[in-house]
Amino acid sequence: MRPGLLASALVVARKDLAIEFRTRTAFLAVLMFAILGVAIFYFAWDVTAVAAIDLAPGVLWVIFTFSGLLSLQRSFGVELADRAMDALLLSPIDREAIFLGKALANLIFVSGIQLLTIPSVGLLYNLPLGHALPILFAIALLAAVGLVAVGTLFSAMAANTRLAELLLPMLSLPFFVPVVYGAAQATSTLLAARPMAEAWPFLKLLIAFDLVFLTACTLAFPYTLEE
Amino acid sequence: MSHVLEADRLTRVFAGRPAVNDVTLELNAAECLALFGPNGAGKTTLLRLFAGLLRPTSGSARVNGHPLRGDADARAHVGFISHQSMLYGALSVRENLELTARLYGLADRRAAAEQVMREMRVLDRANAPVRALSRGLQQRVSIARALVHSPRVLLLDEPYTGLDALGAAALTEILMRLRGDGATLVLVTHNINEGLAVASHAAVMHGGRLLRLERREALDSVSYAEEYRELVGGVR
Repeated sequence: MRPGLLASALVVARKDLAIEFRTRTAFLAVLMFAILGVAIFYFAWDVTAVAAIDLAPGVLWVIFTFSGLLSLQRSFGVELADRAMDALLLSPIDREAIFLGKALANLIFVSGIQLLTIPSVGLLYNLPLGHALPILFAIALLAAVGLVAVGTLFSAMAANTRLAELLLPMLSLPFFVPVVYGAAQATSTLLAARPMAEAWPFLKLLIAFDLVFLTACTLAFPYTLEE
Repeated sequence: MSHVLEADRLTRVFAGRPAVNDVTLELNAAECLALFGPNGAGKTTLLRLFAGLLRPTSGSARVNGHPLRGDADARAHVGFISHQSMLYGALSVRENLELTARLYGLADRRAAAEQVMREMRVLDRANAPVRALSRGLQQRVSIARALVHSPRVLLLDEPYTGLDALGAAALTEILMRLRGDGATLVLVTHNINEGLAVASHAAVMHGGRLLRLERREALDSVSYAEEYRELVGGVR
């Protein structure tokens, strides 16, 4: 009996994570990029002009946006070598399951990067993360869902083009704006210890973006596979 | 009643040039079509149209009465061996085969993977990463991948490429057994003898067109090879 949508998606995600676990190159490279990015922002920072608490949300979300793009770049790259994608397309699983599986693997990958980058930003900028950490991780996860949904779709579209490395950021970045805006504003509210009710409109924006784009990208994905 | 494999005026155009041009053919259970033709004749495109990996420009390709593109259940009975291995180099032979078994929803994935590894004589390399194998061994694993779910329709694009004598003999044995069990095969090859050894039908493709389609019994392999050379040499 052929597997259902979610079971197929889990098979695809597990496969992608197993490949990444074997090679580990992408994760370490993206993590290094994120840490170096945080460090470069730190050395470019004029402590007398901007308070750490005002700068950190922007740094965090610029780093997450670009390290997220790097992570997504490799998503369909593993399918191109030896046309492994054809084997997925030939199998009796729905095209949507391939997208959901890829997006889930990307979400775990990006979340792993966020999990290690957030404490390093906290340490370097001496942020009072303590009690805010669980909520900050929740905001990061909400934002990651949106980034990954859009990025996975565009990664599939760009993979077969000669300018994939350029095309993916060009297509994705305009769509990332609402996510980065919402996440950065919610993070600012949180770090400034203002009431979380002030962050609610931004969290609603992130939730709405996730719902709309996860659905739209899942439905649009089969059309990116046309030859 | 529909045929197992049918193409009806199947055409696929790339950049204004027809790679497959108005092809009509029908195959039933336990039949094997050996498809010969020079490079660029359209053989691979024809197989990819049957496999549902390409959309026809016009006409239709059906397996068991269904176009594979939109029918996941129909795809469950089809195997495809391509020029590319369609394997993940970072995963082991066993992991690649068990992944395929999972995608096809097989109950006993380990047993299914072990059976095809034994048939293709790669069981001793089960835990080796695919990227560490030679080209010939990768081809054997690629064939094993296409067979792991016991397909009723098998599309083979030059499957003998890269195989040594042992691997080629194992493949011929498997193809004969599959035909005996009622599977339908389309075998694309440049080697007339290899093709005719398992075929019930033979056809020549050139310029995207099916030039002749005959039953195997009516053919003598030596004279067929000569006629083939004249045919593809004479058509421009």
